[in-house]
Amino acid sequence: MTDKRIRVLVAKPGLDGHDRGAKVVAQALRDAGMEVIYTGLHQTIEQILNTATQEDVDVIGLSILSGAHIPLCEKLMRRLREENLSDILVVVGGVIPKRDIGKLNDMGIEGVFPGGTPFVESIRFIQEHVK
Amino acid sequence: MGVATYIKNERGEIEEVTLQSGIKVKPVYGPEDLADVDYERDLGNPGEYPFTRGIHPGMYRIRPWTMRQYSGFGTPHETNERFKLLIVHGQTGLNVAFDLPTQLGLDSDDPLAEGEVGRVGMAVDTLRDFEIAFGDIPLDRIGSGLTINAVASIILAMYQATAEGYGFALDKISATPQNDILKEMVGRGNWIFPVEPSIRLIGDTIEYSAKVMPRTNPVSVCGYHIRESGCTPAQEIAYAFEIAMTYIDHVLQRGLDIDDFAPRISFNLDIFGNIFEQVAKFRAARRLWAKLLREKYHAKNPRSMWLRGLFGGGGGGLTKQQPLNNIVRSAYYALLSALSGTQTMALCSYDEAYTIPTPQAAIISLRTMQILMEEMGLRDTVDPLGGSYYIESLTNQMEERITEEMRRVEEIGGMAHAVETGYVQREVAKQAYLYEKALQEGKVHKVGVNIYGEEEGEEEVQLHEYNPAAAEAQIKSLNEVRRTRDKKKVTQTLRDLEGAAKREENVMPYLLESVKAYATLGEMTRVFKEAYGEFKEPSIF
Repeated sequence: MTDKRIRVLVAKPGLDGHDRGAKVVAQALRDAGMEVIYTGLHQTIEQILNTATQEDVDVIGLSILSGAHIPLCEKLMRRLREENLSDILVVVGGVIPKRDIGKLNDMGIEGVFPGGTPFVESIRFIQEHVK
Repeated sequence: MGVATYIKNERGEIEEVTLQSGIKVKPVYGPEDLADVDYERDLGNPGEYPFTRGIHPGMYRIRPWTMRQYSGFGTPHETNERFKLLIVHGQTGLNVAFDLPTQLGLDSDDPLAEGEVGRVGMAVDTLRDFEIAFGDIPLDRIGSGLTINAVASIILAMYQATAEGYGFALDKISATPQNDILKEMVGRGNWIFPVEPSIRLIGDTIEYSAKVMPRTNPVSVCGYHIRESGCTPAQEIAYAFEIAMTYIDHVLQRGLDIDDFAPRISFNLDIFGNIFEQVAKFRAARRLWAKLLREKYHAKNPRSMWLRGLFGGGGGGLTKQQPLNNIVRSAYYALLSALSGTQTMALCSYDEAYTIPTPQAAIISLRTMQILMEEMGLRDTVDPLGGSYYIESLTNQMEERITEEMRRVEEIGGMAHAVETGYVQREVAKQAYLYEKALQEGKVHKVGVNIYGEEEGEEEVQLHEYNPAAAEAQIKSLNEVRRTRDKKKVTQTLRDLEGAAKREENVMPYLLESVKAYATLGEMTRVFKEAYGEFKEPSIF
């Protein structure tokens, strides 16, 4: 992954409307040289999958602040497997309590970035783990 | 160091201070900084135009600020219990949180609501839920903030029907639905319908309340969420005023006189930040609002010129790291709110960066405000900082900055247009990014975040547990209402509502009939979606 620009879909699943973090991270990833697409609010997992396929992204970054990260991530990971899209790297940010990080790791989401994570950390993770 | 950027010399001395709104602070202020200030013209006594020093002559000596913690979660029964707990502990107003499906007009059994029912607030499907949540609450003595926007018209109709049902006179009840859709489109994200019909719905509630529920504050214009989304304090006030003017201009077109409704417009503004910049912001805002109402809108009633507000929250300043520090931060925010002459105060609780506040955290917030009121001398005299060289100079400069930001919005065609095209959203996102970068680069100091950090252990807060059983109970109760209501009446009232929406008639009387027939929130929202369509977010990247 040296010559191709990494394409990232920053997505807001569910009903939560707080997108300050999503927009801030989108700008940071763009400044780091990635191509960033932002879904906008109130997206269903199906809509996110459709956009990810259409835009042929390498990474989906979910931003979740409502507390509903476990069911939303479970659903996305299941649907990615069903659609044979498991080569897309999934990362998640937002209000994520520590005790849930292990559960997200178990689902196959290693990139968990609670609010306040330094940009360099999430950028480096994506650069090193993109498939 | 507070919220400002600092340039220091090699000895660590501060050489330059720039506040978030872009104002440079001098090392010392003196009489020369007040040379242009004319007391009568620029300040006036408290309770006198231009109300810089406060909207009432006696302020907290006569009436302490209202304390109104944001609460409500799970089922209406649980919310009712929390309300009673807060009232027993001395809270003087309610501030109701609704869950996301409710805020987006979805019934609890809608597939899109799965996992969200009762999560961040109370679930509401029908009038039955309101009857339960407000049972045994003296609605003639306790006012209710209703944090709802896209479907505020429906929720206000439910509040009216509940009050009527419990026998309270409509001229005694006081509801404050947030009802500010433009800020949802900029910052909080709970919008449904497009800009124009959304503004019309707000016009309907303003016009209707003025006639039917005169003590209701139909709109609480929120700079708060725009600021929390990233903008500067000057932009916060500028955008809030431009939003308020959009609603005012719309209602004036309906033939109402400015003094018929302007006295009931209130504001919800943020207390996060540099203490002095915030105090100056509120004082400048009060003066500017009074001038706008008198000079631009030719208001005659001084009440129309009052900037009445909830100066509260401060969530943007609280941190996930070392969460107990947030109790201290909130106390300072509360102090600046009182020094700024707020009417109502509410604080974010120390655990809100993680979770819905636990009862203990909510009580600490309430006690913080009570300690300030009872022990610190904040009720003794009005506008204690008035006349300070620094504060008055900063107040003048804040007014200039606010005016400048307002001019930018007006140049591109006003707030409705600025929101439709994404101008404000872009501006806010840019500021949020700059602030986050400054934080990460250590240019803005934050204790426990980029200075005085500690190795993070386990979370020090108790997490609010989501209760799936509450969601099931809510859906069961909804189905029970659906089964027992008069279906013909529901269909008929919804058809009437549809007609009114399409004719662009005031929908409030029709909503009231639908609500009383136990039509669901989702059913009424669908009628509006068909009549109005849905908002499409402008792309801002």
